Amino acid sequence: MDAAHSSAAMLVSNYVFPNDLHVHWSMMIVLYPYITGLVDGAFIIAALYYLFDVKSLRPVARFSLLFALAFLAIATLPLLLHLGRPERNFNMLLTPSPSSAMAGFGYIYAVSMGVLVFIVLFVYREDLVELRATSKGWLQLLYRAMTFDSIDLSKDALAFDRKIIRFLVGIGIPITVVLHGYVGFIFGGVKANPTWSTPLMPVIFLFSACVSGISAIILAYIVIRKVKGRSIDPDCIKTCIKTLTLFFIMAFTFEMLEVFSHSYLKSGYHHMVEGLLNGPLASSFWLWQVKICSVIPLFVLGVMGIFKIKDAIYNFTAAIVSAILLLQVLIMRWNVVIGGQLMSKSARGYTEFHPEWFDKEGILAVVIVMAIPFIILFVLSKIFPFWTTDNETNVK
Amino acid sequence: MMDRRSFVKKVLNGTIAGSLYLVWPMGGDSLEIPEEIPGIKGKDYDIHHQEFAFIVDITQCIGCGSCCVADKREYNVPDGNYRTWVERYVKGFSDQIYVDSPHGGLDGYQHPRTDIDEKIRDTFFVPKLCNMCKEAPCVQVCPVGATFISPDGFVLMDEKRCVGCAYCIQACPYSVRFLNPVTKVAEKCTWCYHRVRKGLLPACVEVCPTGARKFGSMKDETSEVYKILKGPGVLTVLRKEMGTFPALYYKGARREVI
Ligand code: SF4
Ligand code: SF4
Repeated sequence: MDAAHSSAAMLVSNYVFPNDLHVHWSMMIVLYPYITGLVDGAFIIAALYYLFDVKSLRPVARFSLLFALAFLAIATLPLLLHLGRPERNFNMLLTPSPSSAMAGFGYIYAVSMGVLVFIVLFVYREDLVELRATSKGWLQLLYRAMTFDSIDLSKDALAFDRKIIRFLVGIGIPITVVLHGYVGFIFGGVKANPTWSTPLMPVIFLFSACVSGISAIILAYIVIRKVKGRSIDPDCIKTCIKTLTLFFIMAFTFEMLEVFSHSYLKSGYHHMVEGLLNGPLASSFWLWQVKICSVIPLFVLGVMGIFKIKDAIYNFTAAIVSAILLLQVLIMRWNVVIGGQLMSKSARGYTEFHPEWFDKEGILAVVIVMAIPFIILFVLSKIFPFWTTDNETNVK
Repeated sequence: MMDRRSFVKKVLNGTIAGSLYLVWPMGGDSLEIPEEIPGIKGKDYDIHHQEFAFIVDITQCIGCGSCCVADKREYNVPDGNYRTWVERYVKGFSDQIYVDSPHGGLDGYQHPRTDIDEKIRDTFFVPKLCNMCKEAPCVQVCPVGATFISPDGFVLMDEKRCVGCAYCIQACPYSVRFLNPVTKVAEKCTWCYHRVRKGLLPACVEVCPTGARKFGSMKDETSEVYKILKGPGVLTVLRKEMGTFPALYYKGARREVI
């Protein structure tokens, strides 16, 4: 470590190991934790309603499940786009190496997907039974399968459904927590990278996941209801915002704690981490992630929590804050994934990253990947009505 | 293969030999560069009873880049990626360290750095290659087992299994791995395993004109690496704090070397 001492001295030579000039994990690996994070956060909202009986979340509970499903459905897409040899991806499932943190993803993913699909089917069994009655041919067969071949909508049967839903959501919580904590660990487990290798990584990923998912639900709920000219449930939005505030305080605290412990403990290659945050990441970290997208929302959330605000303004502010926090989490993922790789393992310099437009991991591909879940959501909305309270003009 | 190697040798003798006599530590008679690993060729290779070591002697490296050339040719390494490279360290009187490695040292270091405006105290070269970690992070993280440790202690790649996820590249503390832009799979230095199995020295060791790169069997008590490793001299490994337990040792590495 002697070699790493004088930080100013190190940076003058800005020496990057020749193989470190390339950034190997680029935008698709930024999207991957972002997407699983959205799934996690949305699932938390659903869990609060279905398991913890937070009744005010009823209007968004079903939507959250569908939202989670739509994003989980494409969570593997960025990974496939990222792989050098995507056609070999089944090697991960067929011959996984037990020592690798990455090898478990396929399994954890498959389990989360299975549980989520079952939850959705049970939540929507009533609607599906109706659809089954009015459909014919192979469509009817499909609905038969989706209703587990039961058309029993008696009180007892529905009560039993609710029990199953509670049970599934109950096991769904640890699974989603594992899914995303695990994504954090994929980074946290890389000891060669001083910005990644911290036990805080899974925690940070988990809380920021909740922040992004809840923000997405708030924003989507407000926007879709507004566009459709439907009412917005003030209680629901308030509960969402309160939950969001809690998770965001945690997320932001841990993000700052990580930076603080690096600079306080002065362990390992802390001068490289500091140099990174104050150099190549100065604007994307301090200005965007911290000042604009964290401090401002924190302040606004504080105002929203303390003062009485008219519903219309409250909803508008809620939408704006959610949008900023969605951006915050995306920038945070960028700073961790791309930022972490800018630091050469030479501990003497930083490389650069320039996103491409038309690469398979380029900006256009990012836009397409992020558009697909919305298309899936649109298709899902044709079968599964988003809102429990669609016919009512005012939910309360 | 032979043609290429003898060509490299000729080039070395012809162009650098003059200056070699100035730095040659063992005297001019040892210019005969060995090709074989004593005790391996012609014998049965029992994969479970082998142990090898690689020693880089920094005090002997002249930064000629022959090893890099030999390596690039041996493996057809795509431009901009390096299985091995040589770094130049320049130390000023202010204790400032300047490191560079243009083209990974492929062209040798024929010109002094002109961008340093202080008096230079010292200069030395540091060849880098796979450390053949006994606790290899690259092996640990590979999700499909494409990177593995062979019974004779080599960290190797099965390029037919690799999915190109680049996790191993992130995990290697020494940045000796890269994603081959042509094959789209990870690649790394193997200490020329295919040659070693035939009893031949790694390509870079064979062409090194000063003997700065040393390779040999630890089962052979007469080998140079055995004598150095079992002897009283000070050897170091890179980034010891990473807990990777390299089988690559450095002789004369200064504390500035990372
Ligand atoms: S790039 Fe290949 S060798 Fe490296 S971790 Fe991924 S699958 Fe394994
Ligand atoms: S130096 Fe890197 S590539 Fe070589 S064994 Fe160690 S971790 Fe693996």
